[in-house]
Amino acid sequence: MGYPHTPHPRETPVLSQHFGEMEATTLDGWRTRGGYAALQRALGMAPAEIVTVVKDSGLRGRGGAGFPTGVKWSFMKPGDGKPHYLCCNADESEPGTFKDREIMRWTPHALVEGCAIGAYAIGAETAYIYIRGEFTEPIARMEAAIEEAYAAGILGKNAMGSGKTVNVWVHRGAGAYICGEETALMNSLEGRRGNPRIKPPFPAVAGVFGQPTTINNVETLAAVPQILNNGAEWYKKFSRSDNPKSTGTKLYSVCGNIARPGNYEVAMGFPFKDFLYDVCGGPLPGRKFRAIIPGGISVPIQTVAEAEASLMDYEGFVAQGTMLGSGGVIVVDDAQNLVKFIARAARFFAHESCAQCTQCREGTAWTTKILERIAAGDGTSEDLDTLLEIADNMTGKTICVLSDSCATPVVSGLKKFRGDFEALIKKKTHVLVPAFA
Amino acid sequence: MTAPASSTQTVNLTIEGRPVSVPAGTSILEAAKAAGVLIPHYCYHPGLPVAGVCRMCLVEVEKAPKLAPSCATAVAEGQVVRVHTEKALEARQGVLEMLLINHPLDCPICDQAGECELQDYTYQEGRAEGRYREPKRFNPVEDFGGDVIYVANRCILCTRCVRFMDDVAQHPILNVSERGDRAVIGKFEGEDMTHPWAGNVIELCPVGALLSKDALNKARAWELDRAGSICPNCSQGCNVIIEARDNTVVRMRPRPNEDVNKYFMCDHGRLNYRWLNRRDRVDVPMVRQGATLAGCDWDRALAEATRLMAGKRVFVLASPMLSNEALFLLAEIARRTGGAGSFRVQTGAEAPLPGVEDLALRADRAANVRGAELLGFTRSERPLERLGAGDVLLVADEELVGEDASGAAKAGATIVLGTTLPYWARHTAAAVLPIANMSEEEGTFTNVRGRVQRYLQVKAAPGFARPGWFVLSDLLAALGGAPIAGGLPSDVFAALAAARPEFAGMSYDTLGMRGAVVAGAMAEASAR
Repeated sequence: MGYPHTPHPRETPVLSQHFGEMEATTLDGWRTRGGYAALQRALGMAPAEIVTVVKDSGLRGRGGAGFPTGVKWSFMKPGDGKPHYLCCNADESEPGTFKDREIMRWTPHALVEGCAIGAYAIGAETAYIYIRGEFTEPIARMEAAIEEAYAAGILGKNAMGSGKTVNVWVHRGAGAYICGEETALMNSLEGRRGNPRIKPPFPAVAGVFGQPTTINNVETLAAVPQILNNGAEWYKKFSRSDNPKSTGTKLYSVCGNIARPGNYEVAMGFPFKDFLYDVCGGPLPGRKFRAIIPGGISVPIQTVAEAEASLMDYEGFVAQGTMLGSGGVIVVDDAQNLVKFIARAARFFAHESCAQCTQCREGTAWTTKILERIAAGDGTSEDLDTLLEIADNMTGKTICVLSDSCATPVVSGLKKFRGDFEALIKKKTHVLVPAFA
Repeated sequence: MTAPASSTQTVNLTIEGRPVSVPAGTSILEAAKAAGVLIPHYCYHPGLPVAGVCRMCLVEVEKAPKLAPSCATAVAEGQVVRVHTEKALEARQGVLEMLLINHPLDCPICDQAGECELQDYTYQEGRAEGRYREPKRFNPVEDFGGDVIYVANRCILCTRCVRFMDDVAQHPILNVSERGDRAVIGKFEGEDMTHPWAGNVIELCPVGALLSKDALNKARAWELDRAGSICPNCSQGCNVIIEARDNTVVRMRPRPNEDVNKYFMCDHGRLNYRWLNRRDRVDVPMVRQGATLAGCDWDRALAEATRLMAGKRVFVLASPMLSNEALFLLAEIARRTGGAGSFRVQTGAEAPLPGVEDLALRADRAANVRGAELLGFTRSERPLERLGAGDVLLVADEELVGEDASGAAKAGATIVLGTTLPYWARHTAAAVLPIANMSEEEGTFTNVRGRVQRYLQVKAAPGFARPGWFVLSDLLAALGGAPIAGGLPSDVFAALAAARPEFAGMSYDTLGMRGAVVAGAMAEASAR
């Protein structure tokens, strides 16, 4: 649903509570909503104290990997004599994901505040917000918010009168999916081609400009002021009683064949079945769900049964054969050609591969060609075995996980919906005419 | 890159069951080389920064969850590495199959065939048959300028060429353009590969994507005779391989030497080999009979030369392209007769390779300037100035032209020892002794930093031409000098080493193919 809209009663609007309020985008509006109180408090704390609070809250990375944020911050060694950097990954380009966009559109100051707190906590004086180039409106809002914050003395050499320096910059990407990968983002930020770097060294050792760097997702950083305002215990309460490993609220972007697509915020551990049928209104009239991708196109496809049995947190989705990922829920119903859908996903990865690693550069394109041929009715049963072998070669062998991400929908699709592929192969709508008959 | 020299800590590990100790920080790939195991690889090159992109060098490291790229993984104490396991082999087969899906498989018409790493590793461990049934990607051939042509369809995007231009030549000209399987090596607008060291990308390219325009379609790799040699085209002394087809030199390419040229050579050196194939060679000894020079046998020619020199001062005009051996014997002749020797050097602009310390195309465009100096020849722009009236002028492979040549008229007699007969000497030479050029003989050069390096013979000398050291040792003996025992270039070098303190203790055996530095040059280097 677009904004403004009334939240569904079962939602837990924490990050999204001010979505749709035009006034909240301004500094004054944000201040009346309790804005920058967290930063004021943070600047009076020792950086290590902030890290401890975030660690205690159980906040985990919302970009997809789910790494504990406080632990990540604790990798930054204070007093190592090097400049530290904070990067905010706002390159939100995972297909099916559009939650960071709303945070930046409606609550830009929440992100500015989160970045400032994060930067201070890791000993950095500079935070870069790397926003994908297509996000023209969020970029404008972020730039306006940063300008306001500087004018009000919130950012700069003497942030909020604390004597500490916090600078926040917006860097606009040029529209490459791979620049959402943290090391490719750093290369892009430095003005190089957005190619992922070999790890180690990890960003905490050598990141932006070769200096210790922490990189966090927009949603992660936007949650930090809430945690500082309300306390770690408050944040931890948003979780399943039997799973304290996933805490807080999570924004989900819902798209595809569903009655009410849009952004929804629910607490960790919310039943996915209720989310799909109640919060999002279930399938379109006369249709049935066929397949669900809960965390952006890179995570394994779920059958409806698996989705209905899932609980919406990091562990809950893993238990049902997939991942929470970015929270980009893509719903496919029975009116769709699933093979075409997977072929389109593969084409996306083939287009976006940075071309460094052989398996990814060639494998994504090869996979796409085979899938599109099957979708066009020229497939053979050997193609399916070949697809699985290519996918195996593309998994766990490359610098970053783009290659694995391309293999994931193919492998999970073939495993769970093999019948769809076989039916197309059997039908053979296209007949191959030998070129030299 | 190899391990930093400062690291003294040693790490012990096992590779394919072989224990090996290497300095900390060494990559598994380099450690495997030390253990005698070649891990297949494409993007890795010891002279370039690590990229880790081809994913060919994947190996199994015990207790690691995933296969490790051996070029980008440092060794660890007690590590157990396996290269030829099923898991690693399958991964590398997968890479090879993917590298080949868009590769044209045009080996029969590809210059790289026979020396192609894609061919080699595919034969070694690739699948017998590909499974790719889709149309192949196509990109046109592009002229990159300089000596470089780019056949995009064969490219495996290992980025060695890009990294060479960025990090070693430090003149970014090449890049990876586009993404996914549309990616190709691109050239920045307005740039081309005319950089003086750009030709190195041809050897760095593991496949037939970057080719030499000069060598294009000249020979198949297996038709070539090849020998380790030294580039004769400047005083840097880059180690090279000279290759000849049917007794004609067709290509010169760098041969690694950590102490001189690493893995590189400049385009000036690379492309200046045609003079080794000159068709205007003298191939028979000659003596003057009235107005003409008449061909004769060697005994007659040597006798005539000896007769002319007997009792006279011999002034030697030597080429700095001659071997240490020939120059030593020439110096001995001058010394015995109370004469002197001088030489002249062609010069040009210097062109350093920024990424490698002390490697440059040197201003002195001759291989043995330092050797000539060490052996007592005087460098001069007007080398005949010191020629005394009535001296015998022994011209050793020098083609003086213009005014300088007129100075030769002072000579009582002129003897030409050379690969060609200079035009100016045609009517004055009393005897002509034809010799082999550097590709037709064995010998040594001393480079600008005093490193004495061996070069080997790659082709036959024309007609009756003999190596310079051969002719000169006969001549020296005929003039009453001590004959060289054994009669091999190594024996001449032994005599040189015995006679000259700078070369003391050196022999062909101790020089090997890496060379050794003359006494005193080390102190000079540290003072520099």
